[in-house]
Amino acid sequence: MKSKPSGPVSTPFSSAVADAGIAAFIALLLTSLVLGLRTTDTPAGLVLVPRTGLVVLAVSIVFFGRLLLNMLRGKKIPSNLRINTLAEYHSRFFVWARKYSGRIFLTAAFLLPLILLLAERQTGARMPLRYWFDIATLVLTYIMLGWGLNIVVGLAGLLDLGYVAFYAVGAYSYGLLAQHFGFSFWICLPLAGLLAAFWGIILGFPVLRLRGDYLAIVTLAFGEMIRIVLLNWYQFTGGPDGLSGIPRPDFFGLTFKRFGDHTFHGFLGIEYSSLYRILFLYYIILMLALLTNAVSRRLRRLPVGRAWEAMREDEIACRSLGINTVNTKLTAFATGAMFGGFAGSFFATRQGFISPESFTFIESAIILAIVVLGGMGSQAGIVIASIVMIGGFELLRNMQGLKLVFGDGFDPSLYRMLLFGMAMVAIMVWRPGGLVSARRPTIFLTSGKTERDKRARKGEKQ
Amino acid sequence: MEYFLQQLVNGVTLGSIYGLVAIGYTMVYGIIGMINFAHGDIFMIGSFVSLIVILGLFSVGITWIPLALVLVLAISMMITSAWGWIVERLAYRPLRNSFRLAPLITAIGMSITLQNFVQIVQGARVKPLPPVITGHFTLMEKDGFAVQISLMQIIIIMTTIFLMMAFSWLIGNTGLGRAQRACEQDRTMAALLGIDVDRTISLTFVIGAALAAVAGLMYLLYYGVIDFYIGFVAGIKAFTAAVLGGIGSLPGAMLGGLVIGLIETFWSAYFSVEYKDVAAFSTLAIVLIFMPSGLLGKPETEKV
Repeated sequence: MKSKPSGPVSTPFSSAVADAGIAAFIALLLTSLVLGLRTTDTPAGLVLVPRTGLVVLAVSIVFFGRLLLNMLRGKKIPSNLRINTLAEYHSRFFVWARKYSGRIFLTAAFLLPLILLLAERQTGARMPLRYWFDIATLVLTYIMLGWGLNIVVGLAGLLDLGYVAFYAVGAYSYGLLAQHFGFSFWICLPLAGLLAAFWGIILGFPVLRLRGDYLAIVTLAFGEMIRIVLLNWYQFTGGPDGLSGIPRPDFFGLTFKRFGDHTFHGFLGIEYSSLYRILFLYYIILMLALLTNAVSRRLRRLPVGRAWEAMREDEIACRSLGINTVNTKLTAFATGAMFGGFAGSFFATRQGFISPESFTFIESAIILAIVVLGGMGSQAGIVIASIVMIGGFELLRNMQGLKLVFGDGFDPSLYRMLLFGMAMVAIMVWRPGGLVSARRPTIFLTSGKTERDKRARKGEKQ
Repeated sequence: MEYFLQQLVNGVTLGSIYGLVAIGYTMVYGIIGMINFAHGDIFMIGSFVSLIVILGLFSVGITWIPLALVLVLAISMMITSAWGWIVERLAYRPLRNSFRLAPLITAIGMSITLQNFVQIVQGARVKPLPPVITGHFTLMEKDGFAVQISLMQIIIIMTTIFLMMAFSWLIGNTGLGRAQRACEQDRTMAALLGIDVDRTISLTFVIGAALAAVAGLMYLLYYGVIDFYIGFVAGIKAFTAAVLGGIGSLPGAMLGGLVIGLIETFWSAYFSVEYKDVAAFSTLAIVLIFMPSGLLGKPETEKV
């Protein structure tokens, strides 16, 4: 993707070849050493093992890919072959989808267990149901985290690179409260949220005066600090060993154990299955995610939500209109953190084991990526981005079929994060506004537009 | 006192490496106002390229250290610059005029991509390199405790000082430097006056990557062990350094690097190794509370 061939070109083919040649040369420069020579451990120290084949492969892919692009560029694609432009999509599918997406998602999410069960019956072959539920639960966790972070980033416009800190606070609050005081999940859940919100305010105070990227680095530093403390405060947090044996949630006092006094299957008089617990967890996270969504949608219509959006658009104007930006920022931080805390304590109860390993910067980056890739401030976009980025790549981890294509030594899980990173870049370049790029207009625009529309419709003269 | 002096020497060395990486962050931030998250990984690639070139040179029989070092430096700077250029070209240029968070996300994506690419093609295990440059001088000795400065430390500090001077000259006195400062102030106006903005930005990335390659080589020679993950840690520290010094300011980046290096070294020496990062990050937070635009940064004027 060099700069466009400019000026009159005498022979398009030769210039296309020359351009592809340049691209191939750059590819050679990039790959020759890093890809072409592998450092390998031997008893005598590191030695280099040449891998010429891979370099030739990479360079020729770049050459022919580039050549193909150059040949296609400028050629008119027949209109019947052309993929419909976005505007056309907009008019038909998207309008429909946007109108009903919420309902469709809700129905699908509620009925997912049923669908999976039916699919299992129908196909006969035992699908690993547990596996599908695990993925669905994971995706919902990220949807919830995305919606929580969206309050901070999407609504209030505060760039938070350390969101995982609150996730960790939530998880460890539950783990420690359960371990030391024997509190149950349902008592700890609000406590974890409160504690995370408290930490959100603690973080919020020092960074109130900072803007934009200064804020980003301080929140990132804060996330790393929490992780380092969790890792090193051995007596309190268990250090790198983490906390294990975190109790599972119960259903109004009924547990999901196989044996015991008050068990779920015993109460209902049905046969025991480990699936009930997984199903139960799935519905808990669904409820939590929906709570997050409902709260953030409601807050948006309250004065504080309006203030968030106003602050995102222009902080100075906001202050001059008498909005207390200190409180506004703190509430945004606290609310976002609270949902992070809820999600964290759910994570702890689902895993039964937590360690600082789970709360690295990469998690914050993934959550932020979901928010931005989905389209800032768009609730539906976050759902789509989570399904694509989390669900899609979890599936990739287990695609054994790829081994048939790439040979036996191919380990899909190794390439998962590589592809994840590439997908982040590709999606952003392809659609810079996010997958659902129609960012919800701010309240000012919405009301202005509807008012104008109304006036226009009435033919009012003003 | 001797112990303190020894730590000072170590801290300045570490600070020099951070400072060199920090320049890359601060330059990019100055010119296009984005956090180049992939810069730490460019540093890591520079380190890996250096390792491969050193091993290659040794295996073809070039073992005279000064010649080998010059060759390593040249090749490593060239290839790492190419990586810096391609990252900008693929991930940032298409998003030049989109909203602020878009290039940040591609930068994080690029960082993940580069890290995993190197992990896959070079393996996840740490790569040890036996010491190439040995020898040290004793500055002073008292009660059996000798304050030493190794040849490697001298080379690192001298190289950093030299590069800083060369770099300040480049920014202050050449056409490229002028173009860069012009783009920093007003990109549209610079373009109207005939400056090729894309080219200037590309060159900024190339220079930043070349400095990161130098830092990568020095890191490799100083610590003798690298892996695919060093870019993240060093990147965060260097970025912290850039912000601490006032992002966008070149002397600030160097100063910030020194401060972070010194804090880390002294904290490890006198308090605890585990919490050295906490100490560095806390300093950042405290400094920013009282000086919101860093140590040497110009306060942003808010125009209405």
